[in-house]
Amino acid sequence: MMQTTLKRAGLAIALGALAACASTQGEDTDAPFEDGMDVARPMSDEGGSGMNTPVGPEPGSMEDLIESAGNRVYFGYNQYNLTNEGQATLARQAAWLKEYPEVRLRLIGNADERGTREYNLALGARRANAAKDYLVSLGIDPSRITTISYGKERPVDPRSTPEAWAKNRNATTMLVTTGV
Amino acid sequence: MRELLTGLLAGLALLGAAAPAKAQVEIDITRGRTDPLPVAVPDYLAGSAEVSEVAGQITEVIEADLERSGLFAPIDERAFIQQLDSINVKPRFADWRAINARVLVAGEVEPLADGRVQVNTRLWDVTGNQQLGSIAFKTPRENWRRAAHKVADFVYSQLTGEEGYFDTRVVFVAETGPKEDRTKRLMIMDQDGANPQALTDGLNYDVLTPRFSPAGQQITYLALFENRPAQVYLFNIETGEQEALGTYRGMTFAPRFSPDGESVLFAVEQNGNSDVAVMDLRTRRLRTLTDNPAIDTSPSMSPDGGQITFASDRGGSQQIYVMDADGTNQRRITFGDGTYGTPVWSPRGDLIAFTRQYKSRFYIGVVRPDGTGERLLTESYLDEGPTWSPNGRVLMFHREERPGGPVSLYSIDLTGQNLRPVETPTEASDPAWSPPLK
Repeated sequence: MMQTTLKRAGLAIALGALAACASTQGEDTDAPFEDGMDVARPMSDEGGSGMNTPVGPEPGSMEDLIESAGNRVYFGYNQYNLTNEGQATLARQAAWLKEYPEVRLRLIGNADERGTREYNLALGARRANAAKDYLVSLGIDPSRITTISYGKERPVDPRSTPEAWAKNRNATTMLVTTGV
Repeated sequence: MRELLTGLLAGLALLGAAAPAKAQVEIDITRGRTDPLPVAVPDYLAGSAEVSEVAGQITEVIEADLERSGLFAPIDERAFIQQLDSINVKPRFADWRAINARVLVAGEVEPLADGRVQVNTRLWDVTGNQQLGSIAFKTPRENWRRAAHKVADFVYSQLTGEEGYFDTRVVFVAETGPKEDRTKRLMIMDQDGANPQALTDGLNYDVLTPRFSPAGQQITYLALFENRPAQVYLFNIETGEQEALGTYRGMTFAPRFSPDGESVLFAVEQNGNSDVAVMDLRTRRLRTLTDNPAIDTSPSMSPDGGQITFASDRGGSQQIYVMDADGTNQRRITFGDGTYGTPVWSPRGDLIAFTRQYKSRFYIGVVRPDGTGERLLTESYLDEGPTWSPNGRVLMFHREERPGGPVSLYSIDLTGQNLRPVETPTEASDPAWSPPLK
């Protein structure tokens, strides 16, 4: 049940990322993908007032993290060092995490399909840990963070294009315990 | 040669006294392909009507095995002049020479009182007018496929001097669903694609990089979980039991058995760094063999147990290294452009197969353990993860021919000839060849 939910959440976020990044086509294939805010769709008013009033996501939720900080940082080909944009995203995540000390998170490292399975699993672990180390350096308690690698097995963008590969080289933050 | 045959036929009775014939037909499988050897395989004679169907099926599988090896060209039965009545009478060699056959595989299937069948085969050199060898064995009728594979192994070994690889199986990853949420299950099948059977259900974890134990009863693979680090598992084919090899905070991955089957080599990830380690399966003690801040992964031990090859990016790009089995004397053996991964030692010990990536293409290649003699055998958008046939003459791997296309299994001879698709029920990857079946 939990897994299904997480998987779905991952997909929804992936779709959000696609929409947010549609404007970055045609950039240098080797450059890291520009870190975008993964914009969650605003929730609609369910009160039946007739007014379609968008409100922000629930504070402390996954959607809140995505809107406030972005939950994905991107890497160059075969790289696991953080870019300036990646550091900025993680700094926003760290600030958000300090507001919700009960939140626990999982950092998932991913790789593009242009490598072997076994190497990409190792590369994904490096990326997840690079993101974790940076959050820890900003004062986040390491016991709040676990890391795992999916290697090239769970691409957020299934296409075989340089643009998709750039999106798939990432470290993704998922909440294990939310601050809701 | 005799020893090889004795080993291959252990437990099988030789039919009559196979004359120590000096074959006038031989196939040199170490060279680039010449023309395949024309072979006639008439329908196996049925000792009774009830075994006539299985006799025909055995004939088809023998022919298919020989044909797929690329070394033999079965002749269409419609060309046959002589119709065999018995396999215990010399064939009319001229009749077979007249249709350009070089060898004749003559066989029969006899029903036994206990319900089993006896499969008898004689192999004739129709140029030298002599019998090259003969083989007979009893088997349960439902086992007819393996009987046919054993006959094909016999023919192959008689004519090449090498052990055959037809009576073997392959485990692989069966892939279903969209790329971004794909289910990857462990499957097993005969080497020719028959009898596919799922071994895991794909519900709780995906299976990657399965590998056979040298005894053939166990598989080690990577279990990829949704919400905890991937772990190396051990799976018993007979009992279906599976267990994680140890419990670690980080990921363990890229497993492979040692050639004696007593340990499993794999990579251990800790705080993002991966090193190569070996676990003794009896004591469950883990010994780390590399200690390097770079990514070290994909260990594979030489058949004599003395050395280990692995992949590392310590030199900047990922390349292949070799070290002594205790972790000392680590040295780089590849220096080409691009990256090298998944090194796997040949069961003959003479070569290491690998995946190479250069620019936007992937290749399967081989190199000697001292780094000389690199040869690339295949190329496509994605060719990955070679596995050796037990005789070290054929490689199987997975291929995504074009970007976004289906992923499927292929085999190719070490000569670089005879590229063949391997049929699977779904998309498939990460094949691993079994040792010869007992």
